[in-house]
Amino acid sequence: MVKLIIDDREVEVPEHTTILDAAASVGIKIPTLCYLRDLNEVGACRVCVVEIEGIDQLVAACNNYVLDGMVVRTNSNKARIARKTNVEFLLSQHDSECTSCTRSGNCSLQSLANDLGITDLPFSKHLEGFKSDPSFPLIRNNDKCIKCLRCIQICEKVQGTGVWDLTSRASHTVVNVAGGKKLSETDCALCGQCITHCPTGALRARDDTERVFDALADPDKICLVQIAPAVRTSWSESLGLPREEATVERLATALRMMGFDYVFDTNFSADLTIMEEGSELLERIKKAGEPGGENIKFPMFTSCCPGWIRYVKSHYPDMLDQVSTSKSPQQMFGAVAKTYYADALGVDPSKIFCVSIMPCVAKKSEAALPTMVGENGDPDVDDVLTVREVDRMVRASHIDATTIEEQKLDQPLGFGTGAAVIFGATGGVMDAALRSAYYLATGENPDPDAFSGVRGLDGWKEKTFDLAGTPLRVAVAHGLGNAHRLIEALRAGEVSYDFVEIMACPGGCVGGGGQPIHDGCELAGERGDVLWGLDAASEVRFSHENPSVKLVYDDYLEHPLSERAEELLHTDHTAWSMPR
Amino acid sequence: MARLHVMERSHAQAVMDDLHDALGRRLAARSLAPCPVEFTAALVNMCATQSCGKCTPCRVGLKALADLLEEVLANRATLETIDLIEKTANTIYLSSDCAIGYEAGSMALMAVRGFRDDFEHHVREHACGFEQNERVPCVAGCPANVDIPGYISLVEAGRYADAVRLIRKDNPLPVVCGRVCEHPCEMHCRRGIVDDPLNILALKRYATDHMEHDYRPNMAEPTGKKVAVIGGGPAGISCAYYLALMGHKVKIFEQRKHLGGMLRYGIPSYRLPREDLEAEIQWILDCGIDVELECSIDGAGLEQLRRDYDAVYLAIGAHSDKKLGLEGEDAQGVVSAVQMLRAIGDGEMPDFSGERVVVIGGGNVAMDVARSSVRLGAEKVIIAYRRRICDMTAQDAEIAGAEAEGCQIMELNAPVRIETTDDGRVAGVVVQPQIIGAPRRGRPAPRAAAAPEQLIACDRVIVAIGQDIDSATFENIGIPCKWGRIVTDTEGAVAGFDGVYSGGDCQTGPATVIRAINAGKVAAANIDRHLGFDHNIELDVELPPVQFKGKRLCGRCELKERDAAERISDFEMAEIGLTEEEAHQEASRCLRCDHFGFGAFRGGRNFQW
Repeated sequence: MVKLIIDDREVEVPEHTTILDAAASVGIKIPTLCYLRDLNEVGACRVCVVEIEGIDQLVAACNNYVLDGMVVRTNSNKARIARKTNVEFLLSQHDSECTSCTRSGNCSLQSLANDLGITDLPFSKHLEGFKSDPSFPLIRNNDKCIKCLRCIQICEKVQGTGVWDLTSRASHTVVNVAGGKKLSETDCALCGQCITHCPTGALRARDDTERVFDALADPDKICLVQIAPAVRTSWSESLGLPREEATVERLATALRMMGFDYVFDTNFSADLTIMEEGSELLERIKKAGEPGGENIKFPMFTSCCPGWIRYVKSHYPDMLDQVSTSKSPQQMFGAVAKTYYADALGVDPSKIFCVSIMPCVAKKSEAALPTMVGENGDPDVDDVLTVREVDRMVRASHIDATTIEEQKLDQPLGFGTGAAVIFGATGGVMDAALRSAYYLATGENPDPDAFSGVRGLDGWKEKTFDLAGTPLRVAVAHGLGNAHRLIEALRAGEVSYDFVEIMACPGGCVGGGGQPIHDGCELAGERGDVLWGLDAASEVRFSHENPSVKLVYDDYLEHPLSERAEELLHTDHTAWSMPR
Repeated sequence: MARLHVMERSHAQAVMDDLHDALGRRLAARSLAPCPVEFTAALVNMCATQSCGKCTPCRVGLKALADLLEEVLANRATLETIDLIEKTANTIYLSSDCAIGYEAGSMALMAVRGFRDDFEHHVREHACGFEQNERVPCVAGCPANVDIPGYISLVEAGRYADAVRLIRKDNPLPVVCGRVCEHPCEMHCRRGIVDDPLNILALKRYATDHMEHDYRPNMAEPTGKKVAVIGGGPAGISCAYYLALMGHKVKIFEQRKHLGGMLRYGIPSYRLPREDLEAEIQWILDCGIDVELECSIDGAGLEQLRRDYDAVYLAIGAHSDKKLGLEGEDAQGVVSAVQMLRAIGDGEMPDFSGERVVVIGGGNVAMDVARSSVRLGAEKVIIAYRRRICDMTAQDAEIAGAEAEGCQIMELNAPVRIETTDDGRVAGVVVQPQIIGAPRRGRPAPRAAAAPEQLIACDRVIVAIGQDIDSATFENIGIPCKWGRIVTDTEGAVAGFDGVYSGGDCQTGPATVIRAINAGKVAAANIDRHLGFDHNIELDVELPPVQFKGKRLCGRCELKERDAAERISDFEMAEIGLTEEEAHQEASRCLRCDHFGFGAFRGGRNFQW
């Protein structure tokens, strides 16, 4: 243990504790800006500097350890002036038009500047003037970038991708796409982790809310909305509603108040995905055992995460034939909505405006793929909103989420099982798929918790399950860095699996790049627990028992992998290209 | 009114002088800018502030030039801007009245022409195409990327064996390098910006001199693969060591009686004691490396080794002597430095008692043979060099050492011929006095001065003007060679000879120990991969936590030398290592750039290679 004095208080902490953590242990919160625990402890912004007795210069609290007998003053005049001046330096290069910034009210720079009482800037303003292509789903505005370097670090260390880098030097140093490329020319998976880890509004997702408002106002449009599983864990986070009250039913009310005609659930199509993907897996296993089946490669990878699809296409294009051809739940929903459901309503599909609410940025690019269109060439999903955009729409529609009642979702596309809701957490797709694969292989339901070994936040999980006498080796990875390690191990022959689930974002969709932003907090675990709780409380916990799914098969699709199912619910991943 | 005044330094002038010193140290330690365009802009801005303001091109032109460069840096320029920059710089060069202006124009011109690609990259990509900022300056400056801040922190903590262990992750010859490394790391040391660069060499030596205990390295499981190493110098030994750690069976083929290459046959033992060298090599051989001494491999031998082994590393060094090409060169009493040092390396000490010796050359080897001659009893040692002392390629400390030991340096004297006696013995060296002139290939070149030739009478001449490579036998079987050097790709692989790698002096031409060590390390990694493996050499020492100490000025502890009068009579180590007090103070001066500055962002440490 180390004993020291911080702001006249005695502190005792273990060795190798940072000054920042030691201060926090006695309730002293030293301001930080660039700091991100474990990921970006680089001492770049110099906001967390403190005074240490006996040393003339100030010391960054975030990446320096305490020593026995150290006397620290976190807010001496010297430290206070330096901290404030450094923030003023950053503001001199920052576009402070906070009123039109998506991060206003949720910006670490803004609150720091307010807290430090910065009212006038003594330095002249210099803006770089660089803004990236506004039509791309991920947008960079360097006039708001404070060079905290977090985006570089998360992309490189967590997502194994390296889209961002310092692209110039000295006083002209900027963070931008490595090598000076355009974002659309890179292997960016559009996971959006750089957005959710940006302390300011330098990075954001494209705002698509106006198109939705226009459609809602158009009397000729029938507006359908689907809500992704992970959305129900987080949509209220910025709306003042506690997590347990922020049910999907209350969100449905808000959406109807905005004018949506039908509120459905992506859980429905998640169950449909399980039917298709699970059948595809069993089919592959069966065919592999037949003559000529030796060309079928394993493992089969899941396909519901569009960030993962972008990643595998860029980094491992030779493995694309191992990725399930099943569309993601978002796209399956869109395809069913504009065929089966349009039929059911007796309207022309072009009248339907299909919106999805996703915790994801990559879904915006997925919906716009040339392969994701109906017979008439219209996209199956017309507009994708992140959770942040929906929250903005709720506020723009002056709906007070804390006062509204719950309303049931519309049917039949509003029903999902417990197996579907867990799609939003790492291991959930695997868990759900195994439940139904077991049934499809044996004709009997397993214990719905029989496959709980694939749950949890370990970056790379593996298990072997017995499937009607055949051992099925499965693995789950989340975060593309973990996916990279898993695939490299596969390619090196160090591991081998039959079925692998990959989610681009750490924790799965609950940690998605379209989720509400809380600087410095990783909420994937907490949000994931909500989903696992919803599953446990569900009356139906098997995708194959979803009555709506059964109905759609009976009335329209016939059976999994039928000709019509192949046409509507499966896709050719090779029909579009990604930069490599 | 007095007619004249004694010049007094004003307070402002004194401050300016101090700041000039600080600026000089800063520029010595760090480039003006990590980006070529920033570099040019900084240069031009600095020159502009030096203008007296009288003349148009210097006063206005340099500012206009700076504005244009800012256009490039702010991503507002086009390719035409670059042409305008060149035109502007040229006008400043051509039309300025004094050197302040025309040299500024000349530098700007050199920059924009030399950096043309970088300028265009900025204009086209709006990004700098130059390689990334260095992470840790000393590590980046070390050819073998030794973890310098890491081992210095271990010296500071008094953990010398761990310090050596950490060095050996990247360099298996710490004892050697603690004595004779040219320490390019120190040139980059950021401490130089504060006061003086760290004495890294001395700290490495201190660690090797004070290991608390020996240890053995971690060895991988045997792979069953066999590698032949031709040449037992620093490159070959380093390659053999890392391959052995990776589990491969290695055998070194050495043409001389002992291993060590130039470490033994080039460097005198007063700089690198034989017993230290031998102990260090034995420690490496104890990893299970086989050796065959006095075994010369020719082209046919190489082909045979290719058949008998899974890979071959060719590291034959540069051991043949360059000739002066002067009349009388084959007289009795004329030897090359290579011949002389080779004999000493095998323990055959010549006797120069009472002789007058002339050494021809200005490199480290010239100093080595001059100082050795003193120790071998020479009455008088003269070093004849055709340029100035300041142009010598020998390290300053070696030149100073030679002078302290009584060697006389005759600078600006080019040897013309060697006078011989009737019985074919050396009588003296005739030199032509030189005058220094305009630079040629970067260095001011001498030419004959309007002065008569002069005879330096002597009994012995030692020619130390460089070494060549005995590569003809390999060239004959098709190994690609250029100017005698073996040609490889950057991985060390020899094109057209699958499984054959080469490195060290025979590939680079005569260079430094640390570069040879790195060549061996690079080859080991690539041979391992060639053999189908991916063994990593890993950091296996826990490092003490970094502590911020703030700026505390403290000068650098230098190595002392034994008294010249005493050391000239033996071949014992001339330099004296640091005391414990000095070593700890010196180690505590390290600024820990692995933790502070850019190292904090991009990672200050390679945990494995």
